[in-house]
Amino acid sequence: MTPAGASLLDRLAAIEGKGLAAIGEATDSATLESARVEYLGRNGQLADVMSLIGTVEAQARRDVGQRANAVKTVLRGALEERAKALESAVRGPRARIDRTLPARERWVGGVHPVTRVIDEICEIFAEIGFTSVLGPEIESTWYNFTALNIPLDHPAADMMDTFYLEKDVVLRTHTSPVQARVMEAFRPPVRVVVPGLAYRRDSFDPSHAPAFEQIEGLAVDEGVDFVEFRAAIEHFVHHFFGPGTKTRFRPSFYPFTEPSAEVDVSCTVCANGCSTCKRTGWITIMGSGMVDPAVFKAVGYDPERYTGYAFGMGPARIAMVRHGIPDMRLLYEGEMSFLQQFA
Amino acid sequence: MSISFNWIDELVGLRGELSDPQGLAERLTMTAAAVEKVETVGARLDGIVVSRVLETRPHPNADRLTLCKVDRGAGEVLDVVCGAPVIATGGLYPHVAPGGELPAGFRIESRKIRGELSHGMLCSEAELELGRDKGGIMRLADGLEPGAPLAPALGLPDTRLTLDLNPNRVDLACHVGVAREVGGLPTPRDFGGAAWTPEWRDGESEAGGAGVTVRIEDIDRCPRYMAAVIRGVRIGPSPAWLAGRLLAVGVRPISNVVDATNYVLHEYNQPLHAFDLARLSGAEIRVRAAVTGEPLTTLDGQEHKLAPEQTVIADRDRAIAFAGVMGGLDTEVTEDTVDLLIECASFDPSGVRRTRTRAGLSTDASYRFERGIDVHAQERALARCVELIVATAGGEADLIGLRAGPAPAPVPPIDVRVSRVNQVLGFGLGGAEVRAALEPIGFKALSAGEGGAAGDGGAGGNGATDVLHISVPGWRTDIAREIDLVEEVARRVGYDAGAGQDRRFRPSAVPADPRVEKAARVRELLTARGLLEARSLSFMPEDFRGNRAVVPVPNPLSAEESCLRSAMVPVLLRRLEHNYARGNRNVRLFELGTVFAYAAGAGPAEEADGTGRFEESGRVGGVITGTRRPDHWSGPALDYDLWDLKEIAGSFADRLCGAMLVPFDDAVARDATESGASLAGPWLSRGGFRAVKDGRVVGVAGVVDEASLDAPPWAAPAFGLEFDLAAVEGRSVPAYRKTSPFPAVRRDLSMTVPRGVPAADIEGAVREATSDLLRDVRLFDVYSGEEIEGGRLGLAWTFRFRAPDRTLTDQDVESEMSALSTALEKRFGARIRRS
Ligand SMILES: [Zn+2]
Repeated sequence: MTPAGASLLDRLAAIEGKGLAAIGEATDSATLESARVEYLGRNGQLADVMSLIGTVEAQARRDVGQRANAVKTVLRGALEERAKALESAVRGPRARIDRTLPARERWVGGVHPVTRVIDEICEIFAEIGFTSVLGPEIESTWYNFTALNIPLDHPAADMMDTFYLEKDVVLRTHTSPVQARVMEAFRPPVRVVVPGLAYRRDSFDPSHAPAFEQIEGLAVDEGVDFVEFRAAIEHFVHHFFGPGTKTRFRPSFYPFTEPSAEVDVSCTVCANGCSTCKRTGWITIMGSGMVDPAVFKAVGYDPERYTGYAFGMGPARIAMVRHGIPDMRLLYEGEMSFLQQFA
Repeated sequence: MSISFNWIDELVGLRGELSDPQGLAERLTMTAAAVEKVETVGARLDGIVVSRVLETRPHPNADRLTLCKVDRGAGEVLDVVCGAPVIATGGLYPHVAPGGELPAGFRIESRKIRGELSHGMLCSEAELELGRDKGGIMRLADGLEPGAPLAPALGLPDTRLTLDLNPNRVDLACHVGVAREVGGLPTPRDFGGAAWTPEWRDGESEAGGAGVTVRIEDIDRCPRYMAAVIRGVRIGPSPAWLAGRLLAVGVRPISNVVDATNYVLHEYNQPLHAFDLARLSGAEIRVRAAVTGEPLTTLDGQEHKLAPEQTVIADRDRAIAFAGVMGGLDTEVTEDTVDLLIECASFDPSGVRRTRTRAGLSTDASYRFERGIDVHAQERALARCVELIVATAGGEADLIGLRAGPAPAPVPPIDVRVSRVNQVLGFGLGGAEVRAALEPIGFKALSAGEGGAAGDGGAGGNGATDVLHISVPGWRTDIAREIDLVEEVARRVGYDAGAGQDRRFRPSAVPADPRVEKAARVRELLTARGLLEARSLSFMPEDFRGNRAVVPVPNPLSAEESCLRSAMVPVLLRRLEHNYARGNRNVRLFELGTVFAYAAGAGPAEEADGTGRFEESGRVGGVITGTRRPDHWSGPALDYDLWDLKEIAGSFADRLCGAMLVPFDDAVARDATESGASLAGPWLSRGGFRAVKDGRVVGVAGVVDEASLDAPPWAAPAFGLEFDLAAVEGRSVPAYRKTSPFPAVRRDLSMTVPRGVPAADIEGAVREATSDLLRDVRLFDVYSGEEIEGGRLGLAWTFRFRAPDRTLTDQDVESEMSALSTALEKRFGARIRRS
């Protein structure tokens, strides 16, 4: 036998001797465990030797291998016996591990509940042909107001208290300006959903935030009418809120849609009135309507040829309804124990 | 907007499902305006009766109390102690007798008040839950009998409907408007006097008569001014029915004259104002622009300094009212007023808006003028008001109407195509159905040529033609285009009408924005590493240390929100501090968002040039601190350290951006990006890593500087990272590489190298020196100590070799190992330790 093979056999003998001694001397499970790690562990002494078997000349490998396996068997047997002995010493012969002890957990990451709402909305509309697009948050008053048929000096502007950065530059007050941008860039058929942030000078309170998520939808083509619009929205409501949810459309006003409609869904919380639905049984989820011909004119579409519908939703409010979150500010605090609930 | 159910019922006689307030609310919500609230007014007034105060005398033991003898009718006279200051002998007041109850459920008993026995009490509007006025006892007008129950005298109980009006439907801000919407032609109450048909003294911009002159000096801001002069009125409380109507819509009755103007406002939507004629100097009304600095004290007691953009009503000497907004204190109607000038005018909507915005006021009048009033109904409204005043306050001498400004232009009819209605709605309606939808609410289909309609043959909507010529009623100031009528048809037919084909799917010519998918990849990578997504507002405080590219918000809500964020990590550090405040030591947050800056070359001082002055870019920021895993009973959990951060940032750089993560030691990277909003902030002053792609820094990561974070003593070190989302690549589809069925061979190698040789260089040299049989390199130990020579460091490596097509021989592996050993010895002076 060559020196390399012989030295490994020597080391195995030493491991066997020292290992048995260490196991025998262990008086508690922790010491026993460290003995196991030292000799039988994945990076233990025995493994060390076994990893070197490949370096031994071929004819000696078999001997060294057999000897290593024998040492492993001996040490394992001793280990098991010693473990049983220690256990019966502590808890009596039939004691077992307390399996009610807590598991070793991991941190679980997750997306924000509002992101989840946005993603679901985009996915549901993707099923009926909508693509997701984005637009800038700093916007000209032309796109934010004028192109959407909102005169700068009209009471309708009262609905939105605006952050002006310059005389004609604002933080967009809604995601609707992306409607105009998309129509300027593409010819019909246009079908897009536009998630993004919008800004209004609302103070930060339980139901308002000065920066908030919105998701906009726009569908334009020949022959798109109010009946088709209703079908698309009902498709969304059934997939998002559940097939039993009722939808109703009622008159509203937006400068960039006509007819305009508020969309209500039957309260997902109660059967006959609760605080979420303000005791009406209905929750308003979106403002919507048929695209106003003035908007088509502003972006260079022929309003006689094309018709379409547009809608806007507040994913934060929807997330609040869905999870029963009473205060909008909780969504934006970044508190771990809040975010973990939705991970 | 508050609407009285009884009032609507009186106007049109509500029937069927509408005869129930809930039914009316439902109808209005689904066809016209959302009803937010339905509430009863004047419920539980059972025990309250009309009483007459026969005599009053001061309470002997209390200055502020009055002793009253009160006649409750049927000969019942009681002593009542009253706390309110002004009680008129002979006046009528509501009384609740001992044993009776106030609406709130408070039971009244006879009791001694400062030694004087009081039997029941006289009540204020607030005590009766009819209004907010707690000040005085509610004065009732003469004409009621003592002992009469109060509620029926006031026309109560009533139901108040609170309407959330759409901005285009100001016509629904009055009872006649709502009545038209639900029931056709309303019949207003007969006030019991003769109808007033004014004798107009007309003029183009000036009219005079009865010793009074009105003059419009700015016809753009005030196209028309009508006034009625009434002399000899007697101011007093309004009759109970009128007071009851106002209480039902939440308006406090003040006096017969003021109440009459409010009544007509709520009936016909026309804002009216009553001036005390004796207080007008020069007996003149002038409508003009305000003079800079001119003073005006409004009815609510506020003092204003005026500006020329504001429009005022003035007399010869001074401003006496904000036009279309609010009257002045000096000329208001008081108990002593005898002669009146009633104003009924048209004001330019944007002028009213400017006037009231600057004054910081918003009133019932300005609300209506800004949205548009029915200029064709103004004469009628003024006549109504005069009739009501004469009926309730008397007066008549010199009753005269003055009118300055041209008559309103007729409303042009609108052509609506039935085919267009169906193109937009898809309801499949015929011409007759369109007419039937529009005509009950005041529209009319005209025959050709009628009312100036263009006319293309065929009478209005007899089915022979596609085009209907529709005349628009004056109160519908929102209807100007064909599409407006399409909406009217939809509302009237019902938004749930028409069961066309259910066509949901259509293709889109617009490609998806790649940023959406990139954001999804980022979320996937970071959530897999235990991070939670946060969302915060896009603002940050000004004191964020000096970057001239930071964009201030010119009209911020608070100092905390005075700038737009220029980086994500500083904003997340505030979220981290919020967690510290809640005692959270373990925090792992990330956020995707937009950061803002002035575009390169454009500073705050330069000329404005639209949105081009600004740039916004997508970013992701992250912070981690605390333990790597939740605590477990089996042993302590270690805190995150630099190597955890390096894994996250490195994976981000490598897997998402195709970038290299390299260390840096100083703050040079702070300005390493070309964009105005730099990736690194002061938080990174201690150095860390940056991700480099094509020579550009696309991300940074490192330990958070102590000065940038207000951390409690128990906090663990915090780490941050920030990446440019533009650097994230789209999802690529990996191609399959053949896996080898042959075993891998492992070799361990210990060595010492001079301190200061970067581990990454050694690994690079190993890969260079070996063939593609080397599949994996892992550093498994770094050690120093006694057995290592000074100035050197021990490194222990594991290498794995594997061939795709065969089992490796010793020779294969040995030759690779010796090649790499030689290379390391030569290049770094490595000393290989052989076992
Ligand atoms: Zn509910």
